[in-house]
Amino acid sequence: MSDVLLQGTGVETFYGKIQALKGIDFEVRKGEIATVIGSNGAGKSTLMMTICGTPRARAGRITFDGQDITQMPTHEIVHLGIAQSPEGRRIFPRMSVYENLQMGATVNALKNLDEDLPKVFKLFPRLEERRNQRAGTLSGGEQQMLAIGRALMARPRLLLLDEPSLGLAPIIVKQIFAAIKALNEEQGLTVLLVEQNAFHALRLAHRAYVMVNGKITMTGTGAELLKRPEVRAAYLEGSH
Amino acid sequence: MSAPVKASSAGGEAKVLSPAEIAKDLVITAIITFFILVPIVAIRTPLDQGTLTWHPRFGLAAALCGLVVVGRLALYLFVWNPKAKAALAPADASAPLKAVKGPSLGDRLGPKVAPTLLILAIALPFFFIIIGNADGMFPGWDRRGIDFAITVMLYVMLGWGLNVVVGLAGLLDLGYVAFYAVGAYTYALMATKYLPAWFGPEIKPYAFFISLPIAAILASLWGMILGFPVLRLKGDYLAIVTLAFGEIIYQVLQNWSVFTEGPRGISVPKLTFFGIPFDKSDGGFAATFHVGYNRIVYFAFLYFVILALALLTYFVTKKLRRLPIGRAWEALREDEIACRSLGINTTSTKLTAFAIGAAFGGMAGAFFAVRQEFISPESFKYIESAFILAIVVLGGLGSQIGIVFSAIAIIGATEAFREMEFLKYVLPEGTEPVQFRMLAVGVALVLMMRFRPRGFVTKREPTVYLKEKKAVSGDLVAEGHG
Repeated sequence: MSDVLLQGTGVETFYGKIQALKGIDFEVRKGEIATVIGSNGAGKSTLMMTICGTPRARAGRITFDGQDITQMPTHEIVHLGIAQSPEGRRIFPRMSVYENLQMGATVNALKNLDEDLPKVFKLFPRLEERRNQRAGTLSGGEQQMLAIGRALMARPRLLLLDEPSLGLAPIIVKQIFAAIKALNEEQGLTVLLVEQNAFHALRLAHRAYVMVNGKITMTGTGAELLKRPEVRAAYLEGSH
Repeated sequence: MSAPVKASSAGGEAKVLSPAEIAKDLVITAIITFFILVPIVAIRTPLDQGTLTWHPRFGLAAALCGLVVVGRLALYLFVWNPKAKAALAPADASAPLKAVKGPSLGDRLGPKVAPTLLILAIALPFFFIIIGNADGMFPGWDRRGIDFAITVMLYVMLGWGLNVVVGLAGLLDLGYVAFYAVGAYTYALMATKYLPAWFGPEIKPYAFFISLPIAAILASLWGMILGFPVLRLKGDYLAIVTLAFGEIIYQVLQNWSVFTEGPRGISVPKLTFFGIPFDKSDGGFAATFHVGYNRIVYFAFLYFVILALALLTYFVTKKLRRLPIGRAWEALREDEIACRSLGINTTSTKLTAFAIGAAFGGMAGAFFAVRQEFISPESFKYIESAFILAIVVLGGLGSQIGIVFSAIAIIGATEAFREMEFLKYVLPEGTEPVQFRMLAVGVALVLMMRFRPRGFVTKREPTVYLKEKKAVSGDLVAEGHG
């Protein structure tokens, strides 16, 4: 069990009286890509945000590297080594690309800035070309790269990616997923990926969860789930 | 004076002019100006006991002429300089289009604008003293000019202070005047009641400089007191609460008579030169420094004190923008959720923004009190907050240089109406030009928002640059003009 990095047991989250997560059990092991797929409103993003502590889980327990983070404030959770590329990218539009990346390194008091910046630029050369440009003027794909790059600047032990393919052209989606794969294979980065684009996500994932209505209905390796007829019927027909 | 007006007719599209052409143009400018000035300025014909006498003042005319030429040269260097424009054009055709249509004021003025303004600001009182005493050309203008400059500088400082909260951290604060009031009353009460009571009456001459840091600390404490309940609020909701907060402070000042003297107000002692009073006494400034007594020295000193305070605000803010806390403010303005996901403590970020903005407001308030020599709650009504906010918005949110221009424009407009005697002939019987000043400011603001909705200086200056290998887009080439 020592190689489990993130673990949730019986996690329940509410928005007011509405229960969004109805007892979720999940784990992410060190060095793997885990993915949560599901349709709109299944609770995927809520799960992601609950891990980060906004909103906090009302019941259940989330541990990160053995430490209970269920009731921690968000900024302390991030300081433990969980970085998030939030849904809808949420880059800082009026700040430059470089400033955005610098914001990512704030967690480490900018100590690793000079060392990590070339790594991010190597992963996403487009960002280097546009490094002094206002982030709001980037294309959607570039903004997504920036959001991931910004999260990487925090030197996370766990990278949370919330719908990185949202609203992007298929070719850009491919590039983004290739980058995620490279991060995992070359640097051994642990990734938890939430996606509607089940085909891409499952092909990448070592461990996958299917979420429906705030519950996890299926789990297995990505390859296993890809073969399951019910997964194919629900999430893959007509996509990719 | 007349330089910008004259010059603007020749403005418009930038042409590439050689230095020789510019020199020729300047010579022509000088000649035309001189001929215009000769009948207006150089020949004065006062009625001296029934006889018309002739007073030549060619020196003054030449000085004004020089001013026009220097102004036009400055326009050539900074405003019509094609290099400044060329730098703005996208170097790469594939680069995304700029959101702003043309180069903004800040872009055209270029990086030299801040030092130029600083030199002008330092020279300003001497300029007013010279023209005020020059041969009766502008009698009394030394006093009035410096007074006006003090007012503008005070609002520049307030604008820069509020800019931290509204422009950088993006927290809409409609109650900024509360901190201004806290600072003013801190000085007033310290100087009249508490400092003499604690340390004896001989402390009085030093009261301002002792009260100044206390005003800053108390105001920033109130900033945090305001900050706590509004931590979860944003935008409109935050604005309403800050509005109410400003009103609460006003009501307390108005009604807590035992402590604040209520609507009667408090008379406060004048500023001293670090303990040396500006009077004719033996221990006064004139006697101590062996200079002739002149009241204007006091006003010049007031001006330099507010200039120093404003510069403190400017440089502290400029420095903070480059530190993690300042970047966190700006990130907070951009996206609060993203901020939290990057491990930024949004609570402390907001509170520091409120506290630091309020501290500057408090110092400005203390200065306001010492300058007015009398304060009452009437000076701290909502309209003051609105004025300061208008200056910040008009200048371009987050732009420190823009705020200088908008403060000059707004305060200049309101003060100018006091001087416009000729309007009496246009306005209805029984009205004073002064009564129309708020109307004029309102119209100016509406027009401004119509034609330059994002303020004078729309460009945000990145706090850091990576060294350039090649130009990628127009947004790259903004060199630091604070």
